Amino acid sequence: MPRLIDLIRAGHRIERHHPWPRAVVDGDTWRTTAHAFADGGLSLLGLWGEPSRVHMAVLDERTSDIGVISLDCPDRQFPSVAAHHPPALRLERTLHDLFGLQAMGIPDSRPWLDHGRWQTRFPLGERLDASVDAAPYQFLSAEGDSLHQIAVGPVHAGIIEPGHFRFTASGETVVRLEQRLGYTHKGVEGLMAGSTIEQAARLAGRVSGDSTVAYGLAFAQAVEAAQRIAVPPRALLLRALMAELERLANHLGDIGAICNDASFALMQAHCAVLRESVLRAADAAFGHRLMRDLVVPGGVARDIAGDGADAIRAALDQIRRHFPALVELYDNTASLQDRTVSTGIVAPTLARQFAAGGYVGRASGRDHDARRKPGYLPYDGLRFEVPVLSDGDVNARVWIRIREVEQSLALAYQILIGLEAGPVQVPLHNAAEPCEGMALVEGFRGDILAWLRLNGDRIERCHLRDPSWFQWPLLEAAIEGNIVADFPLCNKSFNCSYSGQDL
Amino acid sequence: MRKLLFQSLFRQPLTEQAPRPDDAALAELAAMVGRTARRRLGRSLSIREVDAGSCNGCELEIHALSNPYYDVERFGIRFVASPRHADVLLVTGPVTKNMREALERTYRATPDPKWVVAAGDCARDGGCFAGSYAVVGGVSAVIPVDLHIPGCPPSPIAILRGLVSLLEAVDSGVAAR
Ligand code: SF4
Repeated sequence: MPRLIDLIRAGHRIERHHPWPRAVVDGDTWRTTAHAFADGGLSLLGLWGEPSRVHMAVLDERTSDIGVISLDCPDRQFPSVAAHHPPALRLERTLHDLFGLQAMGIPDSRPWLDHGRWQTRFPLGERLDASVDAAPYQFLSAEGDSLHQIAVGPVHAGIIEPGHFRFTASGETVVRLEQRLGYTHKGVEGLMAGSTIEQAARLAGRVSGDSTVAYGLAFAQAVEAAQRIAVPPRALLLRALMAELERLANHLGDIGAICNDASFALMQAHCAVLRESVLRAADAAFGHRLMRDLVVPGGVARDIAGDGADAIRAALDQIRRHFPALVELYDNTASLQDRTVSTGIVAPTLARQFAAGGYVGRASGRDHDARRKPGYLPYDGLRFEVPVLSDGDVNARVWIRIREVEQSLALAYQILIGLEAGPVQVPLHNAAEPCEGMALVEGFRGDILAWLRLNGDRIERCHLRDPSWFQWPLLEAAIEGNIVADFPLCNKSFNCSYSGQDL
Repeated sequence: MRKLLFQSLFRQPLTEQAPRPDDAALAELAAMVGRTARRRLGRSLSIREVDAGSCNGCELEIHALSNPYYDVERFGIRFVASPRHADVLLVTGPVTKNMREALERTYRATPDPKWVVAAGDCARDGGCFAGSYAVVGGVSAVIPVDLHIPGCPPSPIAILRGLVSLLEAVDSGVAAR
């Protein structure tokens, strides 16, 4: 089984790509890599394009090495990875939609983000004008006695993001769920190309609003890697503080919302109060409830307010006081457990195959957290545990969040204690030659990948990969054999991002 | 344990500390929305939220209106599941080309009289997504907008303020569509 390092060595190594290596390989090495995903030795972290080039980010599961394998494809064709490794499928469909790059041997060549409404095809590649042609999308067929279809969305009943779900059911049981996404595609990577680093940072913070800190951080780390800039210690700690507050707020919101979908509104009310207290503390400390535009390349845009640490400590204390009772309530409410235990199971093999991050992966035995592996500052100096369970059901995804609330609390306290005076930002360079940078950052939902190439103070190309890319398909698998009525609950336990994957 | 939690929720909600000034202002605002709606519509105000391509940040703050701090339902502001039950469409995001038709159809499914509130900087003019091949622009590029609430995202209190000014305008005789 090939190691990542051998694949990189087999290619032509690109200078000025940091912190992990990138190599341009030939078609054979590209294919060997695709096979190695299928064998499980390597995991696919991302797959993205340029007008006549494809890249994939690879994690070597045995050595924990990370690297990028690139293939030049002047004829805009490349060997399909999805033909051997299903997690690549939606990414390859997207490569065609955005760049006109054709994956040879792809098992499903339907469009993914392109709904035929852009008046243009291949907007990031060699553009073609196109008439608006919203030809009906061909959903996969499911045939059999007494099967019926239920179509939901893109506009849903609740206050949630738009997407379409096509259920095929036999009686009450879901035989197949097919997702159709792309409704919120805003063309972020197109807007970034040619923009200044500053403009691009604002866009990165608006890819998925609930993860604005994590995206800001991923983007900033990639810029800093490209320019080989070290961020001052105080800025690192403030970033981590914001990231843990964001994780706390989202996990608390999710735990409540999942219980609400299991018809237990009480939990939702309490969790929402704790979530709100985090947002108010963030507002007091950093001037924005969601902490948007605060993590910037080079550090943080502003220091914590004078009484900010006290406000945060008060919110943390409130959670520490009230959360244990809520955990006990969750654990001891039979009607809740009845809904969450053994519902929507993701098998550990699937989580591994898809390299699913966040609570989806960790509830199904995949022990991965970007704060640990590859790891980044300041987490090496902080004590925390990464909870992992193997049941893979809604219940396990709730418990991972519960444990992570506890861990984030502990982290936030540690950070507040460790905060020392000092600068919070350093200036960027204006490098003469193009340089490339990359980062993997743990958002509340899982690992966010950022890759970019800078040319002076401009972005030449930036790619941001949301954790949801490798989680949405698992939701399709998890709901199979469950009843239709359990879908909202399963869906909430995943809480995948629409905007993050639609980009 | 369970009894305790129920009590803490329903008897003396959240107020270990005295209510903060912004909480009081909030309750007042929400009450005003409710009163004006009742005067104008003779009932509570039904809002249908439509995400026309947002980053979901705006949705988070709209959600917050239902948490026990704000709990706008008690003042007669309801988020409804169907546009057919709505007085107000609360639309977020730059309208993406892929969402344009869904937004138009939702608008058409909403009975008259109806009002459209565009929430967030994106909903005004596309925000930082303006100019993209995939974005139409602000909400008013697709359907008529009665009020715009700025912010990225607007805070819950800003959203409530927006609803108050919408209803005041309605009350003083600005025609609904
Ligand atoms: S206004 Fe801000 S929060 Fe709202 S959708 Fe736009 S970027 Fe997101």
